Amino acid sequence: MTEPPPPPSHDEGAERIEGIERRWAMVGIGVLLVLVVVAAFAGIHQAAMPQSRVEIVDPLRLHLSGEFIDSNLGSAVEPDGSVTVRAIGQEYSFTPSCILVPRDTPITFRATSADVVHGFLIDGTDINLMLVPGYISSLRARFETLGERYMPCHEFCGTGHEGMWGRIKVVDKAVFAQMAAGAKRVSCVK
Amino acid sequence: MILAHFWLAFAGFGAALPLGAWQMYIRSPLHGWISDPEWYYRSVTAHGTTMAYVFPTLVAMGFGYFVAEAALQRPLIGLRWAWLGFALVVIGTVTAIIPVALGLASVLYTFYPPMIGNPFYYIGVVLVVVGSWIWVALMGINMQRWKRDNPGTPVPFPMFATVAGAYLWGWTAVGAALELLFQIIPAALGLSRTIDAGLARVFFSWTLHAIVYFWLMPTYIAYYTILPRAIGGRLYSDAMGRLSFILFLVVAMPIGVHHLFADPEVGSGFKFLHSVFTALVALPTLLTVFTICASVEIAGRLRGGKGVLGWLAALPWRNPVMLGAALSFVMLGFGGAGGLINMSYQLDSTIHNTQWVTGHFHLIFGGAIVIMYFVIAYDLWPHLTGRSLDSLGLMRAQLWTWFVGMIVLTFPWHYVGILGMPRRMAFYDYSDPVIAAQAASVTMSVIGAAILVVSGALFFLVLARGHAAPRTAPPAYRFSVAVRPPRALPAALNGFGLWLGLMIALTLVNYGFPIAHLLATPGTAVPTVNVGALR
Repeated sequence: MTEPPPPPSHDEGAERIEGIERRWAMVGIGVLLVLVVVAAFAGIHQAAMPQSRVEIVDPLRLHLSGEFIDSNLGSAVEPDGSVTVRAIGQEYSFTPSCILVPRDTPITFRATSADVVHGFLIDGTDINLMLVPGYISSLRARFETLGERYMPCHEFCGTGHEGMWGRIKVVDKAVFAQMAAGAKRVSCVK
Repeated sequence: MILAHFWLAFAGFGAALPLGAWQMYIRSPLHGWISDPEWYYRSVTAHGTTMAYVFPTLVAMGFGYFVAEAALQRPLIGLRWAWLGFALVVIGTVTAIIPVALGLASVLYTFYPPMIGNPFYYIGVVLVVVGSWIWVALMGINMQRWKRDNPGTPVPFPMFATVAGAYLWGWTAVGAALELLFQIIPAALGLSRTIDAGLARVFFSWTLHAIVYFWLMPTYIAYYTILPRAIGGRLYSDAMGRLSFILFLVVAMPIGVHHLFADPEVGSGFKFLHSVFTALVALPTLLTVFTICASVEIAGRLRGGKGVLGWLAALPWRNPVMLGAALSFVMLGFGGAGGLINMSYQLDSTIHNTQWVTGHFHLIFGGAIVIMYFVIAYDLWPHLTGRSLDSLGLMRAQLWTWFVGMIVLTFPWHYVGILGMPRRMAFYDYSDPVIAAQAASVTMSVIGAAILVVSGALFFLVLARGHAAPRTAPPAYRFSVAVRPPRALPAALNGFGLWLGLMIALTLVNYGFPIAHLLATPGTAVPTVNVGALR
């Protein structure tokens, strides 16, 4: 391979290279700034933000006291009409394994793990959380379409991980209200 | 010594590659459910540990030693220490892989406490890291001594970039080292029965993102210092190259919390801060793409290419270095676009921890980065063995099959990720109508994996034929020369004092509070869960 001839060495050449490079760097920075601003806008304006506070809970005492006792798991109707869903992940299932929520209603998910790290994902939505033992994960959401979706654990949690699938059913508001009437907490059985 | 690093690296790669392909097959509709899923996770642990820790670390170390000798044009200082580092990596690898093979540490290479495996697995990983730290120190020392002996002369660019990569790794490995030494290993030895899983995830994220840039460093160094020379061009700008590596050093590390967007142990403020810095780390890549394209254009024009695009046709496409770098760029482009999606919390929510992520890092690491490891090997081998590497046709076939295999593997992966397919599962119920829709894509990935195995075999064939070739005396090794080689440089572009300070300061700002907050919060430790033990 032949050595290329040395290029003309004028300072204007160097200046030109620098000018072109600077312009490109500015374009790059500009693009990235736009991306950051869009993300910030979406975060604040559409409330698509992760939970702001760190909340802790003792995984050994979940079933003894506090908001994650067995009788409090599932969907609860709040005084303001919104619904809070509480769930636990453990090797290798969710409790409740089938979550029931009404359509067009503000939903708050609150979930944690009883043993190792689990994942909490609802297919076809942006609902995506890690369940880390010792901490409470929470997320606000709203469902606009009826039907049933899968809710797999998406974090390796042991050799039974592949069998850890839950489900979530979105039902009409009226149907939900009927099921929730009289019951303290609701979930679907199958 | 350099050859030993490369051969051990590629031996690990050769062993882990078929494991990956086997995993693809076992979880696809082509195979029934595996009778014992533990085998699948055992294989994932071995594949990940080898490909993520052993293989790239050894490539970076071997290439670093080569650059130190070839760019500084003098023998390596501390050769004995280099052998000690190598020995630690070998001992560490063996120590780690035995419990994995026995099924005593199927925790995946990302550890996942409070799951705790056999202590020897973690000790082995620590030994590998300590061995690589010796390399980090040697790179720094060799550059310092050279500067002392050549006052006023700019450090050759290949060495400058290599030292940036070494310092980046030295600091970023600290996160996982803290997690291992203070949290996991005490628990694995039975000294502690509890562990703060959230804090462990924060420590690991410190390592987890910048490790990718450590893997990337040899690839970028090859773009800058091998490609322009190999195709008869010039490096467009020496200073811009230095700036890119400095930016990587400073901002690649304090951004790891973007791996924890969906986690409960870090608040939204720091998540946003890390998201912004993640955007910043795209900048050195944008600068690199520009500089390398301009350098390649110079080569095309010197070869007689005319017009706006004519220089592209004039490029030596049959040259494996040119071909490999171009294919690498294509994969970097797709992978980088995917990375911008992962970067923001809102878009990440759709694909976090799905097969999309597996597709993303295989495309970036297995694709754009590893294909340049092949190119580096092809370019260095004659100098390391004293025998010529003549199978050009075979090299091109190897690079093309790697590219095609990686695309066929990862594009369907991205797609099923968007559909919500969770990752790291030993099998799926394809009889379910919803999941049946993903079956064809998973099968396609198996084909991609098979192509990659063929490509891997071709790679070893090329090297083996090189070792069987008659001896030659290759000319002295040359790196690319800049259009305007620097005569004198400001200290900031010729050393790292300032930048290391900035890197550490940024780490304290971006990680100090989340770590201190968790350390100060009582009641975050949870019981460990042993794996591999008889229940």
